[in-house]
Amino acid sequence: MLKIEDLHVNYGAIHAVKGVSLSIPRGGIVTLIGANGAGKSSAIRAIAGLIRGARGRILYTPPDGAEVNLAGMAPEEIVKLGVTMSPEGRRILPHLTVEENLRLGAFIRTDKEGIERDMDHVYSLFPRLRERSWQKGGTLSGGEQQMLALARAIMSRPHLVMLDEPSLGLAPLLVKEVFDIIGEINSQGKTVLLVEQNAFAALKIATYAYILEVGSIVLEGRGEDLLKDSRVKEAYLGG
Amino acid sequence: MSINMFIQHLFNAITLGSLYGLIAIGYTMVYGILRLINFAHGEVFMLGAYFIFFAITLLKLPWGLAAVAAVAVSSLCGIAVDRIAYKPLRDAPRISALISAIGVSFFIQNLSIVVFTGLPRAVHRPDWLVKVVNMGGIRILPLAVIVPLVTLLLVLGLLWVVYRTKPGLAMRAISKDIETTRLMGVSVNRIIALTFGIGSALAAASGIMWALRYPQIHPFMGLFPGLKAFIAAVFGGIGSIHGAVVGGMFLGLVEIMAVAFFPTLSGYRDAFAFVLLIIILLMKPTGLMGEKLEDKI
Repeated sequence: MLKIEDLHVNYGAIHAVKGVSLSIPRGGIVTLIGANGAGKSSAIRAIAGLIRGARGRILYTPPDGAEVNLAGMAPEEIVKLGVTMSPEGRRILPHLTVEENLRLGAFIRTDKEGIERDMDHVYSLFPRLRERSWQKGGTLSGGEQQMLALARAIMSRPHLVMLDEPSLGLAPLLVKEVFDIIGEINSQGKTVLLVEQNAFAALKIATYAYILEVGSIVLEGRGEDLLKDSRVKEAYLGG
Repeated sequence: MSINMFIQHLFNAITLGSLYGLIAIGYTMVYGILRLINFAHGEVFMLGAYFIFFAITLLKLPWGLAAVAAVAVSSLCGIAVDRIAYKPLRDAPRISALISAIGVSFFIQNLSIVVFTGLPRAVHRPDWLVKVVNMGGIRILPLAVIVPLVTLLLVLGLLWVVYRTKPGLAMRAISKDIETTRLMGVSVNRIIALTFGIGSALAAASGIMWALRYPQIHPFMGLFPGLKAFIAAVFGGIGSIHGAVVGGMFLGLVEIMAVAFFPTLSGYRDAFAFVLLIIILLMKPTGLMGEKLEDKI
């Protein structure tokens, strides 16, 4: 579904992503893990079109169409092709209500009835959000904001959902809930690209994983295999 | 002062306040999205007045149609100002766009002198608008009722757009977080153009009604109303639409009532707004309804 070839991202003199290539099969959950500053966020932001001047090929094949190169496209065009990103830090719009945040997620759609159905769907997936639909996004707790961010991401009816650090700053119980929901989103037919620092949780859910260190992929493999890998254990899973 | 006189002054104040408020909305909307003071906004107000003048005199359009055409063309002018003077500077430091704004303002003023000449002109006023009506001793112009009414309708329409439509939702979202809004598929430049278009249409409507109320138009007529409406927007809390309307009304009241109660101050009329600006900046820099200032990420 998505094939990245030789992706480079520079910030001035800093070479944050140095020739990353990876591939995301349709229906899978692929995770990109690594320490802070490894270049995970830069890579995912480049795919979403947020980094001007990223180099490389980002080849995306929608389920119902021909391959397109996302490199150089604007974020608003990319989301229209079915690739949605939920940014790090959730970035809920604090002054808009929960309902408005969700409707913003559906901004590219024009099928009114479909939107209403999906609103209902995400509200049943996240009953807390229904209770708070008229509350301002900024008044939600961190966990609720993350749920809202996930719900908002699927409101555009994406084929590929990219999540940047969805478990960041959440209590362990909520982390589990977030990963359960990611699994649920995946089981409803959406392909997931997950960027995480929480390597253990990410590897457990992932069908395939890439490990990034200072801008390059150093290891890749099936999630369950990497969980058992001694190098991974030592570096990311606390021995 | 008799009660009748007071009511007359009150009508005048509300009329003036409405006109300030309509201009102030444009300042506040553009600021809310771009953090830019669009100093050329007063010029769009002036252009609105000129466009209706020429629509009536040159194109011989009926009055109502001329007003609509003038608003529409002014709106396009506002969008063009953004395209030409601000859009290329979107990623530049904010001060660059501000300097560009001042430049555009001077440019339009001076270009207007060249094109329209500096001679003041009088806009045609339909008789029924300016025939004084005597209601139980209160003498008012129908205009003093119509201006606030039209303003009310325009503001209600604006609030509907901002709070009940998709582009309005996008506007409100952009004002807080441009990047996330783009990730939702919103084309930011289109929303910015829409914002300039709406703000400029309201300024032009104000300019047209101003020309009916104070029937003399000239290329610098936008300078003081523009500055004062800017002050009204700051007073009300820049970025807030409600604040702009309240600020405009308040400024209208202060100007008219201060002169009404203290006629000797009439020479200082234009200074009141600036005194108000200094006071609000000292007491509550974010304005009456402004949000806490925060640096944009």
